[in-house]
Amino acid sequence: MTLELFLQHLTNGISLGSLYALIAIGYTMVYGILRLINFAHGDLIMVAAYIAFYGVGIFALPWYLSFFIAVLLSMTLGIITEKAAYKPLRNSPRITILISAIGVSFLLQNLGIVLFGGRPKAFQVPEIFAKVYNFGGVNIVGVTFFIPVITVILLILLVYLINFTKAGMAMRAVAKDYDTSSLMGIDVNRIISLTFGVGSALAAVGGIMWSLKFPQLIPTMGLMPGLKCFIAAVVGGIGNVTGAVVGGFLLGLGEILLVAFFPDLSGYRDAFSFILLIIILLVKPTGIMGEKIAEKV
Amino acid sequence: MLKINNLHVHYGGIHALRGISLEVPKNKIITLIGANGAGKSTTLRSICGLVPKTDGTIVFEGEDITSLKTTEIVKRGVTLVPEGRHVFPDLTVLENLKLGAYLRTDKSEINKDINRVYELFPRLKERKDQLAGTLSGGEQQMLAIGRALMSRPRLLMMDEPSLGLAPLIVQDVFKIIQQIHNEGMTILLIEQNASAALQIADYGYVLETGSIVLEGTGKELLNNQEVKKAYLGQS
Ligand SMILES: Nc1ncnc2c1ncn2[C@@H]1O[C@H](COP(=O)(O)OP(=O)(O)OP(=O)(O)O)[C@@H](O)[C@H]1O
Ligand SMILES: [Mg+2]
Repeated sequence: MTLELFLQHLTNGISLGSLYALIAIGYTMVYGILRLINFAHGDLIMVAAYIAFYGVGIFALPWYLSFFIAVLLSMTLGIITEKAAYKPLRNSPRITILISAIGVSFLLQNLGIVLFGGRPKAFQVPEIFAKVYNFGGVNIVGVTFFIPVITVILLILLVYLINFTKAGMAMRAVAKDYDTSSLMGIDVNRIISLTFGVGSALAAVGGIMWSLKFPQLIPTMGLMPGLKCFIAAVVGGIGNVTGAVVGGFLLGLGEILLVAFFPDLSGYRDAFSFILLIIILLVKPTGIMGEKIAEKV
Repeated sequence: MLKINNLHVHYGGIHALRGISLEVPKNKIITLIGANGAGKSTTLRSICGLVPKTDGTIVFEGEDITSLKTTEIVKRGVTLVPEGRHVFPDLTVLENLKLGAYLRTDKSEINKDINRVYELFPRLKERKDQLAGTLSGGEQQMLAIGRALMSRPRLLMMDEPSLGLAPLIVQDVFKIIQQIHNEGMTILLIEQNASAALQIADYGYVLETGSIVLEGTGKELLNNQEVKKAYLGQS
């Protein structure tokens, strides 16, 4: 393998890893605050992609406006999901709320089929993302370059939000202890909504960029990336945002490099994540960055 | 300042509070003593809106706060130092203090108050960037009290602040409580350590399986035969 080719695979892996990381963060943030695996999270990828698609295709909006609206609406959908399907069950057993999450996931997929149709649609990739750029002999499609850049910007904003703002401090407090947080005057419900909003917005950006990279839309398109990003979150240590990023990159890079070095194994591409999951669960069940899981009091 | 009338609380089938009435006048220390499971914590938690009430009213400074949300109650100046401290373990000492001032926006005044808490508890200043979970039990209790003061409460409620602390530290905590009180704070205090609590209290209530069975000034209760037998370990 030439160096150029390797670099090409590497950038590819980084860009796929970025997508996984962005989407995995939503799983981990929601888990951190509600101890819930939000199975409907992956379907926001699909929702965001379709809204972005129709914004350009039907309403003839400029792509950036359409993408922006898609993120905004998906974020709203994430917040509504929590209020409608999870909040009423907050004091129920964990399994009840988990089943509710699976129900929302099915609902969104089937609504997708009804509203958007089951036949695949081709996502229009704006020129800026479709162009091939040449960096010193390495050919990179715009989207492969832009995905990691946008991801890094969003990650920096997220780190700032969580660690250096009052709202972020409240998010960390609520993730530990609802009652004591409310004794500080924190409106716990608002902080939970904020968490869903942030997680959903990141998933929406991830979903739109996913469609730029794999420009074919179907209502079940969120399933596989959703599952893999959930795995990324678990591998990294669920509840830990840094862990989700590490897990996402590990999965993305691993998947691409596996295929690059062992082309014979390319059929096992999707299996890679699951094998990694099994190994991690056997070796370090709490994930790479995970601490021991303390029950919330 | 605070008036509770005929308060009932149920946890599922358990009738935890059976119609208690009590009063906390301004600038006084009032204490609530009683055996384990008597309903002391439940009383404080229901004042803060953390447990639903089945009957009765809670009036704070003339306003009915019985069914207000916790955030609203805190906004009106009621603060609880919860039983078992409950500092936020993976936030720093300073962040914990800042959370205490979550509802306030007066930045410079907040900084003044942080310094005041540091004067009260110099150990917290040395450890301000340390994670609260790594503090000793006594230090965590100081942080919990300091954090409560950061909201500039009008009524400070404390649930067993001396729980699990070494005797010497317990003394410190009681000294601090008195010092805070001398600066004009109204305090509602729960204690297992009944004799220490009654000594600094203006007035006390004795709670037994969800009902108030006895009340009087701190001195009266200290000298009461039943109280001596049941709570002070004397005969
Ligand atoms: N969340 C809860 N669910 C069910 N029962 C509860 C709950 N909290 C308290 N109880 C019950 O209510 C009663 C009063 O409890 P509470 O915590 O108020 O007692 P306490 O006087 O503070 O006791 P301690 O001195 O041990 O702290 C107890 O019988 C307790 O078992
Ligand atoms: Mg108690």
